[in-house]
Amino acid sequence: MIAVLGLVVGAMVGLFFEPAVPVGLQPYLPIAVVAALDALFGGLRALLDGTFNDRVFIVSFLSNVVVAALIVFLGDQLGVGTQLSTGVVVVLGIRIFSNAAAIRRHLFKA
Amino acid sequence: MTEPDATDAAADRAGAGHSATPEPGAAPRHADAAPERAPAWRTLRRALSPRLSTSRLVAALLCALLGFALVVQVQQTQTESLSSLRQSELVRILDEVTQRGSDLENEVRTLREQRDELQSGTADDAAALAVAVERAERQGILSGRLPAVGTGVTVRITEGDTPLRATVLLTVLEELRNAGAEVIELNGVRLVASSYLVETNEGIVVDGQVVSAPYLWAAIGDPSALGPALEIPGGAMSSVRTGGATGRIEAVDELEINAVREPAPLRYAEPVTGTDTA
Repeated sequence: MIAVLGLVVGAMVGLFFEPAVPVGLQPYLPIAVVAALDALFGGLRALLDGTFNDRVFIVSFLSNVVVAALIVFLGDQLGVGTQLSTGVVVVLGIRIFSNAAAIRRHLFKA
Repeated sequence: MTEPDATDAAADRAGAGHSATPEPGAAPRHADAAPERAPAWRTLRRALSPRLSTSRLVAALLCALLGFALVVQVQQTQTESLSSLRQSELVRILDEVTQRGSDLENEVRTLREQRDELQSGTADDAAALAVAVERAERQGILSGRLPAVGTGVTVRITEGDTPLRATVLLTVLEELRNAGAEVIELNGVRLVASSYLVETNEGIVVDGQVVSAPYLWAAIGDPSALGPALEIPGGAMSSVRTGGATGRIEAVDELEINAVREPAPLRYAEPVTGTDTA
């Protein structure tokens, strides 16, 4: 519950303050958000599987974000930035889909 | 099978009412189905219960960060500034803009040419109109349609005892023409290319009008050419004197000839086809 509240509070703060993203951060922020979403869904699925661990959730959240940003940064340096970021987004999307399917199976048995 | 129910019932305080609702009628028939259906929702409900612990707080903090970053990124996408794009996208946009720029430049050039064409067309029309007006004036003067003004001479011929023959007047007319007179008038009659002098019983008839002495000529042209031309030995003035009349030539700076005539319509002649009729 507190997590949900945290999500809502974070969204409200973002809506209220309307900050501008620093230029250096701009290519990485969307990827980081998608990676964080993937970690969130993974945590939800672990919760429903009964294998939820707070520490695992926090570490996976942070590592997902960092690794995704690192991969995109590396791709930009190598010159394949667009392709690598596409790849990362695709993989994260697949994981989100599979986590969501597992959650759905748990909740709705379907 | 009853164990999960006991632990769930013990731990679930907030949603106690809900745990009893799912299919009480189904419980006897599907004893294993109901407990299987409940755990997921129970787990979820348990997770949603407001329990305070460090890990919960950290998870809440991370979710807050996520929500914040999500909203900020959405806003960023909506403003869609160029600085958020990748290099390859910027190159593509640059190519498109350059292409559009060169297309617009071509269009500007074409439109400029059209405008210049139209303007010069107007200028050509104006020039043609000016030329036509000038020609009309010139031909009007030559044909006797328009009054004219300019330097010239007046010749006053006073008859003597015997009336002058028409041939004498004709000689004067021819001499004036040879000397370059552009406009000639005799006693109020404008003389043009088709003019004629005829001797009749009533006197000398010029272009159908009877004229009588004294004969007043007015001719617009170069006075220094007209005067001497008339005074050539054996020329116009000498034949006037021989006819018993006296003549007096006077140069005038601004001679105005107001006598006009309407050009008669041509009955036989027409312009050769293909020549410029203007």
